[in-house]
Amino acid sequence: MKTTRRDFIKITSMGAGGLAAGASPFVNWSIDFLNEDQIVPDDSKLKRVPTYCEVCFWKCAAWAYVNDEGKIVKLIGHENDQNSNGRLCPRGTGGLGMLEDENRLTKPLIREGEPGSQRFREASWDEAFDFIVKKMNKIEEKYGKESMALFFHGTTGPHFEYLWEAYGSDTMAEPAIAQCLVPREVGFKATFGKGLSSPEPTDIRNTRCLVLIGNHIGENMHNGHVQEMSQAIDNGATIITVDPRFSTAASKSKYWLPIRPSTDLALLLAWMHVIIKEELYDKEYVEKYTYGFDLLKNHVKSFTPEWAYTKTDIEPEIIRRTAREMAGAAPAVIIHPGRHTVWYGDDTQRTRAIAILNALLGSYGRKGGFYFPEKKRLAKYPHPEFEEPKWTWKTITKDKYKLTPLGATNVLIDHSLPENKSEYKIKGWFVAATNILVSIPDAEKTKRAIQNLDLLVAIDTMPAEITGYADVVLPEAVYLERYDFIRAAQHRKPHIALRMPVVEPKGDSKPGWWIARELGIRLGLEKYYPWKNIEEVLDWQLKKEGTSLAEMKKTGIKYFDKEDYLFIPDGADWEFNTPSGKIELFSNLLAADGYPGLPKFTEHKQNPQGFYRLIYGRVPMHTFGRTVNNPYLNTLRSQNHVWINPKVAKDWGIENGQKIWLENQDGVISTFAVEVRVTERINSNAVYLPHGFGSTGKKLSRAYGRGASDSEMITNVKIDPETGATGMRENFVTFLLENPHKEKQEV
Amino acid sequence: MRYGMAIDTKKCVGCSDCVVACQTENNIPHGYARDWISETVSGTYPELTLEIRSERCNHCDNTPCVRTCPTGASHVIEGGIVKVTHEECIGCGACVESCPYDARYFHPDGYVDKCTFCDHRVKNGQDPACVSVCPTYCMYFGDLDDPNSEVSKKIATRKTKVLAPEAGTKPQIFYLI
Repeated sequence: MKTTRRDFIKITSMGAGGLAAGASPFVNWSIDFLNEDQIVPDDSKLKRVPTYCEVCFWKCAAWAYVNDEGKIVKLIGHENDQNSNGRLCPRGTGGLGMLEDENRLTKPLIREGEPGSQRFREASWDEAFDFIVKKMNKIEEKYGKESMALFFHGTTGPHFEYLWEAYGSDTMAEPAIAQCLVPREVGFKATFGKGLSSPEPTDIRNTRCLVLIGNHIGENMHNGHVQEMSQAIDNGATIITVDPRFSTAASKSKYWLPIRPSTDLALLLAWMHVIIKEELYDKEYVEKYTYGFDLLKNHVKSFTPEWAYTKTDIEPEIIRRTAREMAGAAPAVIIHPGRHTVWYGDDTQRTRAIAILNALLGSYGRKGGFYFPEKKRLAKYPHPEFEEPKWTWKTITKDKYKLTPLGATNVLIDHSLPENKSEYKIKGWFVAATNILVSIPDAEKTKRAIQNLDLLVAIDTMPAEITGYADVVLPEAVYLERYDFIRAAQHRKPHIALRMPVVEPKGDSKPGWWIARELGIRLGLEKYYPWKNIEEVLDWQLKKEGTSLAEMKKTGIKYFDKEDYLFIPDGADWEFNTPSGKIELFSNLLAADGYPGLPKFTEHKQNPQGFYRLIYGRVPMHTFGRTVNNPYLNTLRSQNHVWINPKVAKDWGIENGQKIWLENQDGVISTFAVEVRVTERINSNAVYLPHGFGSTGKKLSRAYGRGASDSEMITNVKIDPETGATGMRENFVTFLLENPHKEKQEV
Repeated sequence: MRYGMAIDTKKCVGCSDCVVACQTENNIPHGYARDWISETVSGTYPELTLEIRSERCNHCDNTPCVRTCPTGASHVIEGGIVKVTHEECIGCGACVESCPYDARYFHPDGYVDKCTFCDHRVKNGQDPACVSVCPTYCMYFGDLDDPNSEVSKKIATRKTKVLAPEAGTKPQIFYLI
């Protein structure tokens, strides 16, 4: 039996039979190797244009290969780039699909129907800008400039952040913070005096032991980390993976710890207990660089592996053995901090525990542990002073969530709701390159906020859910059609990368910098835009650094001398940017604001009878929901599957491949059905649902209605008190075998 | 000279970059592919193993596809690379049926298509597109006749397997397990 060749991913159980071919003499080779017909031009006949990728946040530098018709034929990683090492991931390689997608936004649109109706009329840029400016002026008159909020993501963000600063509002947030990495940033800042930022400075390629806690490297294609994990495997490093799901990383691990979901902090405390009790910690490092060891020692005294076993289901002996394995590799050990760390609402506490464990093992600032990254700080193009807003995101966030360094999208949404009685009201939104109806939990609440707005402008390349709710949609050119600011990402050595247009923008779409500047001028902010186009700004910045735009167009990347140490030199004195100047095992920063100074374990709700914890994650060929419509990447994975353990499937009489609907603890039912994948890779208390599918955006012809959306099922949000981050993993789902929407229609 | 590949299942994460790289390199229409990912799960929770493989034409030594081709479109070139001359292919599908690896597909333009080991790159000294792009560096391409080639060394020092050995096709892609 043949499987269809259209299934590029074949999932089989053991045993792959083949057709038996009869015995026959070997065929002789004909010698026409060099004379073969070949329609593919070789690389030497193609022109290379530098860019950096926008299909995810890793921003790998790349070359676009262009044929003599001016068409991009392929995208290849830039050989001198530290983020990609010359190798893009599938999404970067398939970045051509972002360009080709026939569903792209190519005209400014003004909404005609009700919000969410997706009924728009095409408009000119002038008309769209006039509409926006008129509305903004009204909002300013009635509520003040601060009532205009900006939500953003990716390289589009900085153009609009600048516009906002020039305009006089600092009411801004990006989902990448409170819906993703902020607990980890604060956990590491509190411990080491500095957050980790991106790409995370983990020296994976030199490590001898990599510990992944719910972090599925290889399913998340964080390119550099995936590459370095592979090098670590080649070097014989031990991998320890903690995950209730048998992830790809778990399958590469010496130890897989199938933990009871939500109990990671108990395991971390028990590891600390073993490492301190058995005196496996780095005594010299702890003595020289840390503060609060005795407090920590006392704190973890009762957190024995036997105690942790009752919480985590991990055998005490395995907890001891893995702790010893880590210590044996130290300081070349990484308890990986993860990235999407908004899980249970005690996420700063958990990531603090991860930071402390690294400190005990002496891995921070050490080879095979964490390196000190360096980035080139480019000069800012001169501009007149910005007007000081009367209130900012801080005013409405920092009173409750004292330690967040950046705005929380959910807090700004709360202040947009009709029931918001505070004096700080948000009445207009700009949403730039982020689909906040999917990236922010509880979409119904977001929709209620939208109903209460006087203006919603969406800037995007694709007709995502959020653009359907916008009053005005501004079509942005895709990354291969535009300049953006120089990428000056941190890494082992400081380097910068250029993105320049490879082809002309499609239709009436325009680069983000152009949209922001044009709008700025129409808002009377000419003085902040003394330059005519972004090339002037880039060239000015680059010339300050001994290069130029012309040179960067040829090289794509430029390196600079390293100014700081990559690791702490042996035995050197070192000051950390914490209140004590040391690595704080006990955090003065947290304690000063009334938060626990030592990691506090909290029990979390387990799954009710007949319900299963919803665990979500990534598939390697997609970036959230942004790429499911990409014609290349869609053919790799066009829908998600809900993973169900065979025992659970048997109890329910559910078969592999069957379509079911999901209902969560709050009675929310998935809009679309999802196919079941019956697999041993998930435990019987939980289900796994890859994120980004089940789009309700009707104009996304390949993504609409394909699978179920995990975001829809996330209505119970556990807020992290330190940061305001939205913990999303305390949601439970049950199964509906009949179409619930059909029943409703019949009644 | 005998071209072949070694693919390290201990490193492959199944990301499918090899699939997309092949598509863009060889201008494969959307919805079709010359290579793909297979996953095999065994055991019961929590005693599990997972093997992930990047699969494609095995460029066999013993080629049922070439034998069954009525027009000679399917043939073998220098280095043991199995190819299809599109102009000579009548799309009868005999080769598609005879391949134990399901490595061939009907191109919408009416011929059968498959992996070429990117011979157009190989002759310029480059690796096949799939190998050159792989973020896990799990694929090795080279001359199996040369004991000093990286691919030969990998095969010599690691435990290996081939797919469907019972088919007797003598595949030249070796999985490091």
